[in-house]
Amino acid sequence: MRLDILRSLNAERAARRAAVVVTDIATGAQRFVAAVDVDADPLRDVLLSHLRSGKSGMEETPQGRVFLTVHVPPPRLVVTGAVHISQTLAPVARLLGYDVTIVDPRTAFATPERFPDVRLIPQWPDEALPPLGVDRYTAFAALTHDPKIDDPALLHALSRDCFYVGALGSKKTHARRLERLKANGVAEAALSRIHAPIGLAIGAVSPGEIAIAIMAEITASLRLAAAPSLPSSAGQERQIDLPSSGLQPNAHPPAGHGRVAAGGG
Amino acid sequence: MLARDEDILKAAEDWRREGRDVALATVVETWGSAPRPVGSNLVIDKDGNFLGSVSGGCVEGAVVTEAIDVIETGKPRMLEFGVADETAWKVGLSCGGTIRVYVEKVE
Repeated sequence: MRLDILRSLNAERAARRAAVVVTDIATGAQRFVAAVDVDADPLRDVLLSHLRSGKSGMEETPQGRVFLTVHVPPPRLVVTGAVHISQTLAPVARLLGYDVTIVDPRTAFATPERFPDVRLIPQWPDEALPPLGVDRYTAFAALTHDPKIDDPALLHALSRDCFYVGALGSKKTHARRLERLKANGVAEAALSRIHAPIGLAIGAVSPGEIAIAIMAEITASLRLAAAPSLPSSAGQERQIDLPSSGLQPNAHPPAGHGRVAAGGG
Repeated sequence: MLARDEDILKAAEDWRREGRDVALATVVETWGSAPRPVGSNLVIDKDGNFLGSVSGGCVEGAVVTEAIDVIETGKPRMLEFGVADETAWKVGLSCGGTIRVYVEKVE
């Protein structure tokens, strides 16, 4: 590998951006492709598929057999709400390889006893979120059910282009939330990116089950067509296409989960 | 890759910048139960120092030896290890899988 390619690859990794090195196995020839340049690449489709899965691998191409060294930043999960759902969501997310942070200014909730081994920030989102470097490889879930905490966090998550943004609450609660966010100047396209009621429609009832529904929905956002590795504009277009896949609870409201998730609101 | 273990590629860059002669070995294909996934890296210097893993210990010795050759010749090489391989008795994978490892010099 040429040192300049290695340097570019490491620089992209350090900046939490995806990149691929294409190696022609027969000749040893190599080139570096940053995620933003994938759209214009002759191997576009193959590269996109590898960026979605995050896996390196061998591919047959018209140019011959190539090995793709794929590097995608490790995903993060940021949650507002040190609540019951989060007590399952945090360990499950960690098992799936996510770096998890929970933000909740209510110190009675955000205790290490309730959340052993989780990064807990007992501050308001306005203070807690900016230093976290929330980015397009971050999933965000608003779970406090308190607009004073969830709304500013949602504004931040949308502005940082998180690959997944979900919010707890019934359709009614969410409709009111959308009104508030719109009043804060959030564009329609951004609002439509919020998954609410949160979680895949699996009929989840208990907080633990809702956590699983949320994690499944996050996984779908990470691995299906709207993968965060895509260049920003393409990512937006695909994001809007997603409901037709039938995977969003908005398109197919679950029988009971939405109401349960909304409990108290 | 989502692995967060020691940063092999960063080490490869750092070692090269220090002026050391360096080779990079990468698992490019696996069949059966391979101990390390495709994309796993091992970085090797001319003196046989290495960091990382391509097989969890089974074939690292052989890869390091080949890598020192690659550093000298500058020519990349594809290595294959597995139980069906005739070198199995020397450096076979105890798990019964087969792996192909691409070894290249960091120029």
